[in-house]
Amino acid sequence: MSRLSVFAVAAAVGLLGIGAACAQTGKVTVVTSFAKDVTDPFKKAFEKAYPGATLDVQNRNTNAGVKYLEETRSNNQVDIFWASAPDAFEALKVKGLLQKYQVKTVGIPEKIGSFPINDPQGFYFGFAASGYGIMWNDRYARANKLPEPKDWSDLARPVYFDHTLMAAPSRSGTTHLTIETILQGEGWDKGWRTIKEVSGNFRQVTDRSFGVPEAVNSGQVGFGVVIDFFAFSAQASGFPVKFVYPTVTTIVPANVGLIANAPNKAAGEAFLDFLLSPAGQTVLLEPGIRRLPVLPATYAQAPADYPNPFKDPSLGARVKFDVEISEKRTDVVDALFDQMITFQLEGLKGATKAIHDAEAALAKKDNAEARALVKEARDLVAAMPITEPQARAPEITSAFTGAKEKGARQAELEQQWAAFAKGKFEQARTKAEQAVKLAR
Amino acid sequence: MTQAVLSHKRPRGRRASATPGQIGLALAIAAFFVVFLAAPVATVVYVAFTEKGTGAFTLINFVDFARTDLFIRSFWNSIYASTMTVVVASMIALPLAYITTRFDFRGSVLIQTLAFLPLIMPPFVGAVAMLLLFGRNGSINLLLDDYFDFKIPFMEGLNGVIFVQSIHYFPFILVNLSTAMRNIDRSMEEAAQNLGSSGFRLFRRIVLPLAMPGYVAGASLVFVKVMDDLATPLLLGVKDMLAPQAYLRVTSVGITDPMGYVISVVLVLIAVLCMWLWARAVAGKDYNTEQRGGGGLAKRSMKPHEKWIAYGVVLLILLLVLAPHISLLLLSFATVWSFSPLPDAYTTAHYTRVFSESFDYIKNTLIYSSLAGLIDIIIGGAIAYLVLRTKLIGRTWLDWAASAALAIPGVVLGIGFLRAFYDVQLPGGRPLATMWIMIVLALAVRRLAYALRACYASLQQISVSLEEAAESLGATKLRSARKILLPLMVGGILAGFITSFATAAVELSATLMLVQSSDDAPLVYGLYVFMQSAAGRGPGAALGVIAVLLVAACTYLSHLVIERTQSAKGAIQ
Repeated sequence: MSRLSVFAVAAAVGLLGIGAACAQTGKVTVVTSFAKDVTDPFKKAFEKAYPGATLDVQNRNTNAGVKYLEETRSNNQVDIFWASAPDAFEALKVKGLLQKYQVKTVGIPEKIGSFPINDPQGFYFGFAASGYGIMWNDRYARANKLPEPKDWSDLARPVYFDHTLMAAPSRSGTTHLTIETILQGEGWDKGWRTIKEVSGNFRQVTDRSFGVPEAVNSGQVGFGVVIDFFAFSAQASGFPVKFVYPTVTTIVPANVGLIANAPNKAAGEAFLDFLLSPAGQTVLLEPGIRRLPVLPATYAQAPADYPNPFKDPSLGARVKFDVEISEKRTDVVDALFDQMITFQLEGLKGATKAIHDAEAALAKKDNAEARALVKEARDLVAAMPITEPQARAPEITSAFTGAKEKGARQAELEQQWAAFAKGKFEQARTKAEQAVKLAR
Repeated sequence: MTQAVLSHKRPRGRRASATPGQIGLALAIAAFFVVFLAAPVATVVYVAFTEKGTGAFTLINFVDFARTDLFIRSFWNSIYASTMTVVVASMIALPLAYITTRFDFRGSVLIQTLAFLPLIMPPFVGAVAMLLLFGRNGSINLLLDDYFDFKIPFMEGLNGVIFVQSIHYFPFILVNLSTAMRNIDRSMEEAAQNLGSSGFRLFRRIVLPLAMPGYVAGASLVFVKVMDDLATPLLLGVKDMLAPQAYLRVTSVGITDPMGYVISVVLVLIAVLCMWLWARAVAGKDYNTEQRGGGGLAKRSMKPHEKWIAYGVVLLILLLVLAPHISLLLLSFATVWSFSPLPDAYTTAHYTRVFSESFDYIKNTLIYSSLAGLIDIIIGGAIAYLVLRTKLIGRTWLDWAASAALAIPGVVLGIGFLRAFYDVQLPGGRPLATMWIMIVLALAVRRLAYALRACYASLQQISVSLEEAAESLGATKLRSARKILLPLMVGGILAGFITSFATAAVELSATLMLVQSSDDAPLVYGLYVFMQSAAGRGPGAALGVIAVLLVAACTYLSHLVIERTQSAKGAIQ
């Protein structure tokens, strides 16, 4: 063997070695719904921790992201999907678009609040948690002389009529979980009653999660039901907004998952590990991001007033959450909300206003007959077209999933529910208006 | 006299049959539509015709559409909003078009450019700016409430939609109407004046009828655009209109709901029907004038009091329609702007933040939208020529295909492009759909109708006898088109280019599906990314201002070119 060929072999071996090291690096393609303010610090930190790696961030909203991955699966070019809503990951998992992974970091508990952090089968992982609460514009509240709310039930008070808003659960996975939590906490009928009482005050039901903080930040609407980091990051940018966690709130994880057939699997895994590592978790504490780490040890570095769901039982731990029930009726709950509230808001608000007026009149001058009418009106608003067992029965759920068995079509069900709600709201309004006349 | 002009019906396209060249052209355009419109869209909307679960063919989904109160309500709301928007937009556009083209009015070009700006309001950030000004707690209402104790619901419900859409889309009417007015032969006007007509009567009997193709072209675009626009209603919280309903259903996760696609089909049908009706409305009349080169209507100078009124009207309208841009500018310099008539303080930090990254965005935007505009005027001009100058069977189908493209929701086209072209692999395994050229093609398809309408209207005003004269002197069809039609149509073509270019520069819904990496992203994408967080509002607005300035500069240049050619034509005479 000549010296030259030895040299060549040595060089080849050397190159191979470098190649192996490089397997952890290269371009990681991430599809995410997170804003630049969230992704930029992570990109910087990750590229610093893994020299040679670059994070290519493609920003799409959650729904568009899921659709995109679905449409491009035949020749997938994406390594990581990174977004809030657990239901989007669930949809990806069912479609076989995610692959399993075993995270290297130890010390991440099984649950945050009452919600499991990771997918039990290991297809996706919670990397940060967020709690739902009420955010309001302080200038708006003072100009309209509105009190500061403390709890969900406060939002149903007449004083907040036309001053609140929320995202539609069908459009925002995290809002969906809040609705589901109320339904599980209070039971189907009582839960929907609460939801409708609160919704009767809505100014608007937005079609994207960020629409809520946007409206509150600019002062177009006073009070919004939002996930905490929207409020925190608005405060960090100087907006005159305040935020409160209600006494009972849900803590929900934001997630990350590895895409099946990832073009750069090794680097994708590296990014996953980085996100969940102590270094990655610390990035969450930055003022522009402010989300709750899932690694309890990270809270040691947090500012004093930082909410800690692992210590504070009011943050989610009091709520019971049955994932199985939630999954079964997801689409039904969303469609019910849309048909009874989102697209029927005018009718619901009309009934709500009439009830508020009647109760105000009764407070001045009581009248038993009128009181009975108001109660009837409230019951009419709260009435539900289907019962809890029906909501997860296959006859109804199959209308939404495209299952093979013949049943009612989604459009038929939706029309029935909408007509039901519309009729009840009209009756409720009439009753309440009668009550006002009686109480006069 | 006017009646004679209008009803004088000329047997059009007197030639025996189409030349092979024309047939080839028609086939090429048809192929373009099949590959980049019909096929991609079909891969998505076929769901509307299938039974859920089994996938068997059915029309039951359309029955469901008719049976669902929400959809029927949405349908009528959409029709109402579109019609009223055409009315209000006409009231804004008519005075501007009339004053700037009829009179010796200083700054006509500037006004034409400024009045064009509403069309290029960038998505998201434009909405925020608009709300900060006109919203329930926008500057105007806060001031009104402070001083007079009442508020004006500018942006509430359907009326809000009509208000915002009119401001947004009236330039369609303005651009097409102005071009048409410039193309009217001066001799028509002079003849009428010789016969004693003047003033408003002259306008009503001569100018307006002769400019009708331009007006109709613009008005039909406004109608269809309002029909298929989803951003504005959603911003105002109006969900019971067709386009928002289609969008909300197409983009919901995990549900296989055919209704979104059913609504898309309905939207396409309405667009085609609308274009057909407009075509019928102008078909009975002949709008061309044989003499060309008159340089448009005589521009006259105004008496001093007329001048004051004209300036007053123009300023008032400009103030109204540019208010969102003024508010956008404020927002881009604002530290915090929340529940107050004006921002708390001002800063240039947002511009510093976007400055470094905006170069790529600007470059991409310019490349994508000018290529799309170019494709559009070539195809649009060709279709206009085929429809108006040949007797090819099925030529109007090309026109309708382009109109249908206008009504297809961007997200449907985006998904369709992914489905149709993702599996087509380039050498090296890269999917075709990930090439940036696909964004250009999607933009071109979506904006084709704009260029087409403009080319169509301007060709309608040119008498076929001019070409016939050329041909009788031995010119070929190609030569007569190149030497006669092209120079005469240049104003219309440029108007079409501007509209396609400018609106492509701020299109987001299809782009969002097709952008593959941030290196390939246009400005609006960057803007979208910023606008997802509270801290990104200022930088997003700064990018929005950059986008508006960029497109405005290009528009201004094009207007200068139009004016040049116009005065050149006048000079020849």
